Amino acid sequence: MLLWQILIDGFAISSLYALGATGFTLIFGVSGVLNLSHGSLMVAAAVAAWALGASFGGSYVGAIFGALVALLLSVVTYFLVVRPLQQTKRIREEEKEIFILTATLLWGIMIQEAIAYLFTNNAKTVLPIVGGVVTIAGVRTPANEIFTAAICWLAIGALWLLVNRTQVGKTVLAASMNPRGVTLLGVELSIVYIAVWAIYGILAGIAGVLLGMFLGVSSYSAGPLTASAFSIVVLGGLGSVSGSLIAAYVVGYLETLTAYLASPAYRTIPALLLLVVVMYIRPRGLLGRR
Amino acid sequence: MAEFSTFCRHASKFTGVSSVALALTVNAPARAEDQGVLKIGVIAEAQAVAGSSIPSAAQLAADEINAKGGIDGRKIEIVSYDNHSSSAESVRAFQRAVNEDHVNAVIASYVSEVVLALEPWAGRLKTVMITPGAASDVITQNIAKDYEHNKYTFHGYLTSGALSGLVCDAAKDMLVDGLKMKTAVIMSEDAAWTTPLDAGYMQCLPKIGLQVLDHIRFSPDTTDFTPIFNNIESKKPDVIITGVSHVGVQPTVQWKSQEVPIPMFGIASQATNSTFWKDTNGATEGVLYQGVSGPGVAVTEKTLPFVDSFQKKFGNFPSYAGYTAYDDVYIIADAFHRAGSADSDKLVTAMEATDYIGTIGRVQFLPKDDPHVHGLKTGKGLITGLFLQWQNGAQVNLWPAELAKGKIAFPSFIKVKASLN
Repeated sequence: MLLWQILIDGFAISSLYALGATGFTLIFGVSGVLNLSHGSLMVAAAVAAWALGASFGGSYVGAIFGALVALLLSVVTYFLVVRPLQQTKRIREEEKEIFILTATLLWGIMIQEAIAYLFTNNAKTVLPIVGGVVTIAGVRTPANEIFTAAICWLAIGALWLLVNRTQVGKTVLAASMNPRGVTLLGVELSIVYIAVWAIYGILAGIAGVLLGMFLGVSSYSAGPLTASAFSIVVLGGLGSVSGSLIAAYVVGYLETLTAYLASPAYRTIPALLLLVVVMYIRPRGLLGRR
Repeated sequence: MAEFSTFCRHASKFTGVSSVALALTVNAPARAEDQGVLKIGVIAEAQAVAGSSIPSAAQLAADEINAKGGIDGRKIEIVSYDNHSSSAESVRAFQRAVNEDHVNAVIASYVSEVVLALEPWAGRLKTVMITPGAASDVITQNIAKDYEHNKYTFHGYLTSGALSGLVCDAAKDMLVDGLKMKTAVIMSEDAAWTTPLDAGYMQCLPKIGLQVLDHIRFSPDTTDFTPIFNNIESKKPDVIITGVSHVGVQPTVQWKSQEVPIPMFGIASQATNSTFWKDTNGATEGVLYQGVSGPGVAVTEKTLPFVDSFQKKFGNFPSYAGYTAYDDVYIIADAFHRAGSADSDKLVTAMEATDYIGTIGRVQFLPKDDPHVHGLKTGKGLITGLFLQWQNGAQVNLWPAELAKGKIAFPSFIKVKASLN
């Protein structure tokens, strides 16, 4: 009984982590940016979905609105925070990464504080699109958890199709491998980057809205969400999407096992310990390229 | 040589000017205290739903008093500080309030950790401080331990010990006598205020006929309550007795989405907020919680007029700490008036003699030799609190019987063993 509970609960949370981490690693792989405002984007999406859903009483509208808000914020992040620093001549090339990292961190804090100021730091939950419970192997599970896992995998699947089967996606993949080469083919790199940040925004938005439906978020959640995405992506290997997916499930299940068998208070510890061990033994992560 | 004499001239002028300035500053505070504006500092968590009502309600009270001419001709000024839910920031705010802004008294916070951090400072800086919302018994126990140093602190809300007693009183009437319940699991967040609360629960629940099957304390950072509810469900209690304040939305929403078939009853301070229905998208239906106020419930003749004025001025209903913050301004003002001076020691003596009908009941403080000195007196005719349930988007008062406005009702996924009559 408990085993099934852990399996199902762990699957839902791991799928959420996977979706968030996929976006995070995509941005790093293509744009070279470790976006530390990741958690804030997710929270912004969830809070936007809650705010609209509450006024209009419709969960679909709220969810779509939330994803759109994240998309908008993500593109704004690129134009306002990342691109000016990438293009400036006043910072040395070697130092740009640190500047961008710090800038995204500050930007994330600004978003977090704005949310707390406008909506209070109380937790918000998004009205689930799918309500009620189902019974799987004798375990009473909210139908919403199944829905969450399904949507996460649909989104990841859509991303895979995009990257491997469409022109836009293949260009993005090429740009991640060799930006110079792509420009020689006549592709406008800036369009590629905007496309990537837009895709990232949608992914983070969906993940944020789903998290809002599943567990709820507050302005305080932003930091831990970024940290969790960061550790999953590093564990899986920076830039490797499949690595992130595997790592997301490893971390998700480790957390769930700890919460059920030890205590929810110690939930995050084993994953962090694992990260330390992997960094020691295999610094490039499970499937990392660099 | 010339430079030296110039220097001497400047030096003597400087000494002359500074000694006059020194004389003025030494005398100035004493004069300012007994004349001019009376300043009340308000340190609160402005970004939290419960905390945001504190400065607003205080301002409302000050405006009302000033409109009637102030206290003995002196106006009241509210000086607000947002402590961002941090004890360290609260201490800095307190120091600034007293040393730079020269406040005469402070209304501080609804978080026990913050008030406990400020208590020694109220003693060091000899400034009267009252909390409108914290609950830990340790606040008053510290005053009993070292009265001379800590007497400046007043506990303007119910202590956790008192709260647990009130929950047990209501549980006896509603759950044991009304629904024939026999077993309970205590579920509370791991925070300063719940240690005495849980101790109180462990003591009084068996006495009213509820066997405690388990006692679960979870970290306030918890976001996924599934394992906790799973664990509780496996023990099969009739009711979950709660002690939550820092969390509220997430456990309530997850309780509903997992359709945990056990009702929740106890202290859930976020459930007292009128925005809680919207925050949880209605998942709070059926949650039973202790409160000091409820919509349409005239606890005293001052309750509903206050709610009306607050709603008109700020566009939303006050949180529980708003009621007490409003009363606290009146209590402090009344103490100023009776003391005839803003001297802190005289103010303490005047506060101790408080007998004021506020919005949540009749306020009197426990005397010097009581183990909870400067805490609120509770009981019939003083402050008893209410017990409410969220039903169809509204907070309905169910206890005590003479103030009840409805009957207990549960959502369909709750399995209550006895029949409801």
